[in-house]
Amino acid sequence: MPENSPDTILRLTGLTKTYPGGLTAMDNVDLEIRKGEIFALLGPNGAGKTTLIGAVCGLVTPTSGTIKVFGEDIRNNWRGARARIGLVPQELSTDMFEKVIRSVSYSRGLFGLSPDKARIEEVLRSLSLWDKRDEQIRALSGGMKRRVLIAKAMAHEPDLLFLDEPTAGVDVELRKDMWRLIGQMRERGTTIILTTHYIEEAEEMADRVGIIRQGKILMVDDKDAMIQRLGTTEAVIELAKPMSALPPAIAHFPITLEKDGKELCYRGGDGSGKGRAEVAELTKALVRADIDYIGIDIRESSLEDIFVGLVENHADETTGEAA
Amino acid sequence: MIGFNIRSAWAIYTRELMRALRTAFQSILAPVLTTSLYFIVFGAAIGARMPDLGGVSYGAFIVPGLLLLTLLSESTSNASFGIYMPRFTGTIYELLSAPVGVAETLVGFVGAAATKSLILAAIILATATLFVDYTIAHPVFAIFYIMLVAASFSLFGFILGIWADSFEKLGIIPQLFLLPLTFLGGTFYSVDMLPSPWDTIALFNPIVYLVSGLRWTFYGSADVSIAVSLGLTLGFLAVCTGIIAFIFKTGWRLRN
Ligand SMILES: Nc1ncnc2c1ncn2[C@@H]1O[C@H](COP(=O)(O)OP(=O)(O)OP(=O)(O)O)[C@@H](O)[C@H]1O
Ligand SMILES: [Mg+2]
Repeated sequence: MPENSPDTILRLTGLTKTYPGGLTAMDNVDLEIRKGEIFALLGPNGAGKTTLIGAVCGLVTPTSGTIKVFGEDIRNNWRGARARIGLVPQELSTDMFEKVIRSVSYSRGLFGLSPDKARIEEVLRSLSLWDKRDEQIRALSGGMKRRVLIAKAMAHEPDLLFLDEPTAGVDVELRKDMWRLIGQMRERGTTIILTTHYIEEAEEMADRVGIIRQGKILMVDDKDAMIQRLGTTEAVIELAKPMSALPPAIAHFPITLEKDGKELCYRGGDGSGKGRAEVAELTKALVRADIDYIGIDIRESSLEDIFVGLVENHADETTGEAA
Repeated sequence: MIGFNIRSAWAIYTRELMRALRTAFQSILAPVLTTSLYFIVFGAAIGARMPDLGGVSYGAFIVPGLLLLTLLSESTSNASFGIYMPRFTGTIYELLSAPVGVAETLVGFVGAAATKSLILAAIILATATLFVDYTIAHPVFAIFYIMLVAASFSLFGFILGIWADSFEKLGIIPQLFLLPLTFLGGTFYSVDMLPSPWDTIALFNPIVYLVSGLRWTFYGSADVSIAVSLGLTLGFLAVCTGIIAFIFKTGWRLRN
């Protein structure tokens, strides 16, 4: 990616945060977000997702590194930058005694905009909050409270929106709703960075995915490319008769014997369909070699497997280092 | 970055006042009740047996002191709660992520706290007329001085609300320092009435200068020169503003 691509909306360079206690929550992070995309930051608890967001939104002072938003170093024009950034925090923190509509117009005012009634109505309607506008926030359900936070973050029409676990503690129905909503925001041209624990969510919505663990970005890629590159096909072939060793006729396949020779396990492919074709080849080879089987279970790996694999591999490395 | 966003400041200011309106009844009733009690006990019951002080009846003499007592404690607690609560509940994220600097924040939070104190001051002065006869020698100066004290102690309360990391700490400064110093600062007496060396020691109490200054605007005479009182109050205001500017620059207790 060229240094100052016009498509880049946010660029983090060498961003590091060491908290006063000495914990490095973000370790030399380089990240580049493109205009108009939905970027999902995936990582286990304590990976540093919220810290990263905080650094861009002015809640966390980075220890070192630079943040460039909208083509400018954030330190040179923090007012201009913040006016165009929206944040939906992870915690449900709002003034519980405030009415929904007042809370949203306050957000708009805080960002220096006129209390445009039509715009506020539009935001509330798009989040199905219009009927609840005169309710105190504390009277709303958790999912509705999160919508209020989203409404507050959208009130100033940000170009770059951070959603820190927008669907945490939200039921399936509402989560689907949220996805639709985020999709709509993207259609309007908003760049969205979201964090999530639900890989399903990243898989469903994101254009690109970044995987973070212990403050380090392990990998950033297009979601599809990532699945293709790291994806594997897994097939379990249940044999009619147990085998003690792999016959030479099929030994060139990436297979192992498992369950005391009762199952043949295939692990291969690349997420592009190559695996399925190879499994088909394998079954033909089995037939040719006169090896009978009674069942096949085949499955493509998901982003989840990739994620778990990556995070576990790194965990092994870390423990290895420590030992 | 320079710049001041009037809409942002206005948004904070009006919201803070609205918040106060939700509890308007308590926040007005309590100080009015306390002040009335002071007037009944000190003004009517004890004051009746007290000689006039510098040609002013004792009941009238304590009006500026009582007013100051309320101004100091209300300004401090309003402003400290105003900023402590968002920190406590986490809603401060919004302020920190908004294009809002120290100036808008101060005008919003401190302005609202000071406004509440001024409204309360007016109510207390009105309540006082029910109990004692008093006049204000320099009304314009009095209003200016009251505003100055309300603003300074709102700034002070704001610092307190940022410094405090528990409700205990939030209450400790007003109760442990402000209240005793106010009582010892000549609210109910003139410093000359103290025996030596207490009259000299009392001059180390900054509140003495505030009470004295306000008393001068009411009755035209005071324990210490009005210029000294005014200078000290303005100095306090400047120091508090400086500290807050520094807090915002470093993000101390605000940003991680
Ligand atoms: N204010 C703070 N002071 C000290 N350490 C902190 C602070 N905030 C976060 N941390 C630590 O930094 C690390 C990263 O935290 P962060 O909240 O960024 O993680 P996260 O990826 O958002 O986790 P989660 O998925 O649980 O929200 C954690 O180990 C956390 O304990
Ligand atoms: Mg988090």
